[in-house]
Amino acid sequence: MQGSVRPQSVPTSIPPAAERPPAIEFVGIDKRFGANHANRNIHLTIRAGSIHGLVGENGAGKSTLMSILYGFYQADRGEIRVNGRRTAIRSSAQAIAAGIGMVHQQFMLVDTMTVLENVLLGAEGSATLGPAEKRARAVLARLASDYELEVDPDATVADLSVGEQQRVEILKTLYRGAEILILDEPTAVLTPAEVEHLFRILRRLQGEGKTVVVITHKLKEIMAVTDEVSVMRKGEIVATWPTADTSVESLAQAMVGRRVLLEVEKGPSVPGAVELAVEHLTLRDKRGVIQVDDVSLEVRAGEIVGIAGVAGNGQSELLEAIAGIRHAASGAIRLGEIEITRLDPSEIRDLGLAHIPEDRHRMGLVLSFSAEENLMLGYQDDPRWAKGLLLDTSALRTTAEAEFVEFDVRPPEPAQRTALFSGGNQQKIILAREIDREPKVLIVGQPTRGVDIGAIEAIHRRLIEMRDAGRAILLVSAELDEIRSLSDRILCMCQGRITGECRPETSEAEIGMMMAGLSGTAAKGATA
Amino acid sequence: MSAPHRDLPPLVDYVVVPFLNLAVAFLVAGLVVLAIGENPLQAVAIMLHGALGYPEGVGFTLYYTTGFVFTGLSVAVAFHAGLFNIGSEGQATLGGLGVALLCLTFDGAPWWLVLPFALAASALFGAAWAFVPAWLQARRGSHIVITTIMFNYLAATLMVWLLVEVLGQPGSMSPETKTFEEATRLPFLRDFLTPLGIDLGQSPVNPMVFVALLSAVFVWLLIWRTRFGFELRTVGQNPTAAVYAGIDPGNIVIAAMLISGGLSGLMAVNEVMGVQHRLLLEFVAGAGFVGIAVALMGRSHPFGVVLSALLFGILYQGGAELAFEKPSISRDMIVVIQALVILFAGALEHMFRPALGRLFARAETAGGRA
Repeated sequence: MQGSVRPQSVPTSIPPAAERPPAIEFVGIDKRFGANHANRNIHLTIRAGSIHGLVGENGAGKSTLMSILYGFYQADRGEIRVNGRRTAIRSSAQAIAAGIGMVHQQFMLVDTMTVLENVLLGAEGSATLGPAEKRARAVLARLASDYELEVDPDATVADLSVGEQQRVEILKTLYRGAEILILDEPTAVLTPAEVEHLFRILRRLQGEGKTVVVITHKLKEIMAVTDEVSVMRKGEIVATWPTADTSVESLAQAMVGRRVLLEVEKGPSVPGAVELAVEHLTLRDKRGVIQVDDVSLEVRAGEIVGIAGVAGNGQSELLEAIAGIRHAASGAIRLGEIEITRLDPSEIRDLGLAHIPEDRHRMGLVLSFSAEENLMLGYQDDPRWAKGLLLDTSALRTTAEAEFVEFDVRPPEPAQRTALFSGGNQQKIILAREIDREPKVLIVGQPTRGVDIGAIEAIHRRLIEMRDAGRAILLVSAELDEIRSLSDRILCMCQGRITGECRPETSEAEIGMMMAGLSGTAAKGATA
Repeated sequence: MSAPHRDLPPLVDYVVVPFLNLAVAFLVAGLVVLAIGENPLQAVAIMLHGALGYPEGVGFTLYYTTGFVFTGLSVAVAFHAGLFNIGSEGQATLGGLGVALLCLTFDGAPWWLVLPFALAASALFGAAWAFVPAWLQARRGSHIVITTIMFNYLAATLMVWLLVEVLGQPGSMSPETKTFEEATRLPFLRDFLTPLGIDLGQSPVNPMVFVALLSAVFVWLLIWRTRFGFELRTVGQNPTAAVYAGIDPGNIVIAAMLISGGLSGLMAVNEVMGVQHRLLLEFVAGAGFVGIAVALMGRSHPFGVVLSALLFGILYQGGAELAFEKPSISRDMIVVIQALVILFAGALEHMFRPALGRLFARAETAGGRA
């Protein structure tokens, strides 16, 4: 693999940048967290005026490197040069002063404040807000027209779509004078149309001479928007290529260090009887706002039904209602012949429904527990260990050891604290727990979120095996590729409604329209 | 991405950190003693001798420890369910009412016959007093810290009314019940040990010290070896995951508080049936609040609770001796020292943790390179 890596020097193709020193240079950056060597002797040059992609699996060290640049962590060794000058960055304030702006994956906005107030926050510049607001309003108007960053300055952030909130984050960095923008997984929660809009903004920024670094694991987007791309693996930069000279396949290979199967191999499905039926289901939150709106669907034995949709459009609530965690305002849910609408999660589980929740840290696991204790979560009544008054801990240990080998959980140590496992291995623990009892119906949320490529393959293979064994699977994922490669049928969800059904072969653009709640019309101003 | 502070080795986590906290607490306490013109080393010597130096002192230390084990376990069980039970004081007070009512009803019956019922009555009354705040937390979302504090005041006021108006003896000015018959009182350990040549003096330690140790074993089994304990810890660590797992957090909250209140109630048997032989005002004497510090310092582990209860027993008994020997160090001074231990061992438990984490990370890196 190393043999195919090109030297760092890249022919300069963008004329204005050629005169300028590199925007950022990492020179021998090294960082350890205890035994974990997060960054190993990183040498990386980001050319001024370029859009630079940084890819790598979870845990490859991308976020650590960017956190060092933004002053959250201090490197153990090495130095950072900004615009050719050695710069000590010990806090985010110093990073901002050096012209570096960061758009985090989790937005750092105050929901109850207006766009204008959020932009001003920490950059008020005077004791009274009046003059600052006036100044900011003018700047925002200029930025909006320069970069397609249109947002109503007086809108409350909570009322904005996710795409608009992201624009506010970008505006914040520009308002503070950022010349170098770092975006961490910027497209994770956007619709395809919003992604297009974001890319237009990034190109405008580049056109004005700004430098952009995009951290992502979505290789197609890297190909679409960047000039150069660097691949990190196990704390090292293993390759830096001009984007034009590389491909999704070679990037994936560089990330994992071996060839990977991007397409899931599966035969045609043989659907049987209806195992899960949802009829006119409506859910409301505590305030009475409708979250799932008159949804009906069926999942048959031996098929995978995928629900495509931008996160936050009712998919999570739908899964939780089926699992019995939320209760329906109206409608019915049936498992085979049995109505489960009013049952609680343990009763539904006993009837043969397994649930892989979309947020494993919040719901699927208790991170402070040992791995084997999590193997019993939800199945604490299983007679294998709950026969007598006391839990049979040795039976649990034996079961855990066997399952960790079968599901390739690494390290296979049942007594280790769950938080110490990587995301992929945590997901395998949940998979082992939920699949082991051969449920009739499996509902799955975001099965590979934050999971490295190697584990994604294994998880996908398991799901296909389940399908081929005649289980009914309902899959929710924000990754359109995942939905398309795994599903036998696709339902699109937007604002709590099913907005369309299609075959997995349907084009991404068409599915994208349905995800935005539009069919046929231009996907302009898509809502999240 | 990786957290900047990795896990500390268990030995450091459970031994070095508490020891360090304790050392700093004593260091600051020593400075205070120095400031009032006494020799801190001498003060420590007097305290240690007073608490552990001779059988009677040990007896007193164990008597204090007994009460603290119960209240410490009570707070610890609630902690595991994610609840901060400040109401141990009030629950123990009500436990005392339960014991006293039972002993007065069967006054004159032999203690060994009364004891099992006394244990049950105290636990029942303590649990009942914890039930209302628990229900309010589980079903109405009223914060348990607020409600249990309120219930401490209610318990104190209820006690005054009962002892003045209902249970008090006619013609007596002091708000207390009549003293139980000799046969119904718990024996002192000194009654058995003094004939064997171990002179426990006047120390009030009684068989409840063994009940306390058994309770610690019970709590350990309950928390780590039963399905209920697993569900309780799940609710405490991640209520959302608990709902996902089919556990009703409300039920667990109520059950955990009943057990917690029951353990606090047991503390009263030690005091009422074992030492005072009557019900009187404020017999709990702050043991409920010390229980919070005991649980914090013992990191909510029954074994840790027993050890830290012993430490606080030593502080109480040693402190009393110190106040007696050194009139310039008043009883209030002892409270200051105890407060410093609580401050450093409980509230500031995490103060030295990041630094230790870095130290160990560095040592490991150096070891890796070598």
